Amino acid sequence: MTDQTRIRNFSIIAHIDHGKSTLADRFMEKTHAVSEREMREQLLDSMELERERGITIKAQTVRLNYTAPDGEVYELNLIDTPGHVDFSYEVSRSLAACEGALLLVDGAQGVQAQTLANAYLAIDAGLEVIPAINKIDLPAADPDRSAEELVSFLGGSPDDVVRVSAKTGMGVDEMLETLVSEVPPPTGDPDGPLRALVFDSYFDAYRGVVCYIRVVDGRLGAGDSIRFMATGEVHDADEIGVLTPKAVPVGRLDSGEVGYLITGVKEIDRIKVGDTITAARDAATEPLPGYGEPKPMVFSGIFPTDGDDYEKLREALEKLRLNDASLSWEPETSKALGFGFRVGFLGLLHMDIVRERLEREYDLDLVATAPSVAYRVAMPDGSESQIRSPQELPDPADRDGVAEPYVKAMILTPAEYVGPIMDLATGRRAVVGDMNYLSPERVELDFEIPLAEIVFDFFDLLKSKTKGYASVDYEPIDYREADLVKVDILLNGQPVDAFSAIVHRDNAHEYGMKMTGRLRNLIPRQLFDVPIQAAIGGRIISRETVKARRKDVTAKCYGGDVSRKKKLLQRQKAGKKRMKMVGSVEVPQEAFVAALKVDDES
Amino acid sequence: MTPDAADSFAKAAAAYVHIPFCSAVCPYCDFAVVAGQDDMAERYIKAVCAEIEMSEPWRPLEAVYFGGGTPSHIDALLLGRVLDVLASRHGIANDAEISLEANPEDFGSVQAGELRGLGFNRVSFGAQSFDRGVLLSLGRRHQAGQIEKAVRAARAAGFDNLSMDLIYGTPGETDESWAGTVAGAVDLEPDHISCYALTVEPGTTLGRAVKDGAAAPDPDVQADRYEAADKALSSAGFERYEVSNWSRPGYECRYNLTVWAQGAYEAYGNGAHGFRDDRRFHNIRRLEAYLDSVESGQLPRAGEDVVAGWDAEIDRLFVGLRRTVGVTDGPGVDALLGSSDGRRLLDAGLIAHPKGRLKVERPLLADEVHRSVLGLEPPEQWAEARMTNIVSGRADA
Repeated sequence: MTDQTRIRNFSIIAHIDHGKSTLADRFMEKTHAVSEREMREQLLDSMELERERGITIKAQTVRLNYTAPDGEVYELNLIDTPGHVDFSYEVSRSLAACEGALLLVDGAQGVQAQTLANAYLAIDAGLEVIPAINKIDLPAADPDRSAEELVSFLGGSPDDVVRVSAKTGMGVDEMLETLVSEVPPPTGDPDGPLRALVFDSYFDAYRGVVCYIRVVDGRLGAGDSIRFMATGEVHDADEIGVLTPKAVPVGRLDSGEVGYLITGVKEIDRIKVGDTITAARDAATEPLPGYGEPKPMVFSGIFPTDGDDYEKLREALEKLRLNDASLSWEPETSKALGFGFRVGFLGLLHMDIVRERLEREYDLDLVATAPSVAYRVAMPDGSESQIRSPQELPDPADRDGVAEPYVKAMILTPAEYVGPIMDLATGRRAVVGDMNYLSPERVELDFEIPLAEIVFDFFDLLKSKTKGYASVDYEPIDYREADLVKVDILLNGQPVDAFSAIVHRDNAHEYGMKMTGRLRNLIPRQLFDVPIQAAIGGRIISRETVKARRKDVTAKCYGGDVSRKKKLLQRQKAGKKRMKMVGSVEVPQEAFVAALKVDDES
Repeated sequence: MTPDAADSFAKAAAAYVHIPFCSAVCPYCDFAVVAGQDDMAERYIKAVCAEIEMSEPWRPLEAVYFGGGTPSHIDALLLGRVLDVLASRHGIANDAEISLEANPEDFGSVQAGELRGLGFNRVSFGAQSFDRGVLLSLGRRHQAGQIEKAVRAARAAGFDNLSMDLIYGTPGETDESWAGTVAGAVDLEPDHISCYALTVEPGTTLGRAVKDGAAAPDPDVQADRYEAADKALSSAGFERYEVSNWSRPGYECRYNLTVWAQGAYEAYGNGAHGFRDDRRFHNIRRLEAYLDSVESGQLPRAGEDVVAGWDAEIDRLFVGLRRTVGVTDGPGVDALLGSSDGRRLLDAGLIAHPKGRLKVERPLLADEVHRSVLGLEPPEQWAEARMTNIVSGRADA
């Protein structure tokens, strides 16, 4: 067994592209966790999509055996964290397995909002936070300024900030030494009843559910009978081991150690991440503090373009869920789009990633409705119901009020963009809060803003208004009553459910104009005039008309034209088969996709 | 014209002869044409005659149509040679309609007399417009005055069946200009008038210009012009007997009536299309390749579709519904009226079904009907007998 005083468990907190994975690779090289031949760039990011986007979705972990300059060997457990706000709950659970966190900042870009948010999570979790500046080899790097920014909210002296280049390896040895000296060793009771935290799990096609665990107290031996305290499930520890990063079975894991556990369970739902494992006999009485289950914040209807793909979509979602327990959905039927699912996501990036994976990995062609949030509706009988789609909103007469989720948004920006960001935020019903200068050039702005206002295009607008220099993070705070209305879009008098939206009364007209205007250009002319209306309840707030088609005839059909014209019309006929009928109006599939596209003109 | 008279052309035998030569290629034209190769005319006519000799002998032709290109652009005597070979190979009925397309600028009194003497009895003039601006936009090389001269020459030579093609909806054309064109045509007292919407075909000069941003014809404006023409022509005594064709009673084009009644027609020349013995076939389009084929003793086919069983029934509706008289009842009509698509068309007033006939009531939306016809599924007893053998010959070079 490794003496607990020789164990260091830590995470790296870093913004996307700030070099976390490269640094992890360097650590593995320095500690000979992988041979040069096995070394492949950014070993920790294994999913294809993660590689492309440069982000880590699933937390992973690796054990490093580090020989300090004084000859002592330490067991370093690096527990990876996802870099994006949507996955902050995954960050919290990774942090729950650590005693320290390395806060890594790109020396050229400085502190970003998500880094700051995750740093606060680490501080709140009682972790030792070690600030570090990466990419000091870059000509554009300004390590001194970044160090100033870091100490402005972490405290301490800029001289204590570690400087490193993960790319060249410069400073990596010093960083390992700092980790050993600064991160406290685990302090669990090695002889107490077993308590181990399940901080992640994933589904392996051959082995079933694999749990990542951190032993806090006692020890876990291979073959032991164990109990999951929250679910009450009892299983045998069929295999336990460590990741080097290859899975290496071990006979036991002692207090303070990190590793994996396979029990033979095949259904991911039966293992609850955050649960505490104890021994089936001689069990602990109190579980470890858990953490809240992730709640979906953003919802979108997802429909296969081809109705025949419904089952394929369901299977794809089920497969994704094997490795993403936060994904939730329920069947949804749309008159316009047919059968699909209302899917809940942790946030916008999560939504993008899931949609992209469904289309790319499962070869599906999808239409997604505009993202919405979960509203709370006060009913006349005093009860409250939660709704996730505009269709579920009761008529004004049948409800007392509607409350919408608010988030606290934190934006880090170069000072020169404060004005434009203020304009953007106040235009989105934001309540402006604190404004802190991290340095004379960099400002942290806090807002309270309805989540619904940022799910559409807020991030894109922020990016364009600040030339990409601002970063944003948000966390849910509360629900607030608002004057919300449902805007329906009617085609030839028939509401098209896919286009309905819940918006603030002040934005209703704008939404109606935008949708009717778009649809007027997307819906082909029919045999009759097609009015396109936006309505709140029975009141029409905007109207466009697609005029009836007047001429649809080939000028000539003589002896030489018959075959050619037949083929041309047959092609057109095939095109019409892909149309959806909304009442008696033929709407091309592309029109749904284009009309639901998040703003690109603004 | 009565429905029975129109349908009787189902039994006719006709022939189309393609003459690809033009003095210049009009910017909107996508037919098999060549300009500046008049020196090939003699060799070409020889090949056409050889092709006629290769075809199965048939019964006397009731209609012969020389289209192009510009048949009037080459020596009338060359056209006469083709008529001679047709007469010796198949025979030409005594009362046959023998028609040719002509450009006003080619049509002098000498040529008119020669053509009439050779046996031609109908001329279709590419008048297109009486508006100078529109004629220029269309790249036409004649002026309105030449149309009148050509018509006089034809009448003087004894042609008692004259037609005129007009084009509407050219960008820049106005309601007044179009009204003037229709009136100009009516004033010359032709027996037949065809009005065509200017159509942008890919691969033409016009097609490329529109792709590059030039103004395209506006379909709503074209609808207005069509309706204006129909009104003016009706009050001048013309009857619309097909989507784009009006005539004085008895002067309907018999060659085209044959096509629309699903009658048989031979086809000779490059790019020509024919329908005979349940086969729709077409010839090699490129002039050189066509000549090479015929001169080496090969039938110059580029492709052939067998049209039989259910396909023939659909084909009957497809061509027949272009006519004002529509088509008689049959399994295809039953299938359409029994389909939801058919009911939709009835409800929208696009089709009507009076007295055992299916008719297109709104010719401006005829393609909507045609698409539905093509989408019809055969009733069970037809499905098995369905034949869709597509015999592909040489690729059209």
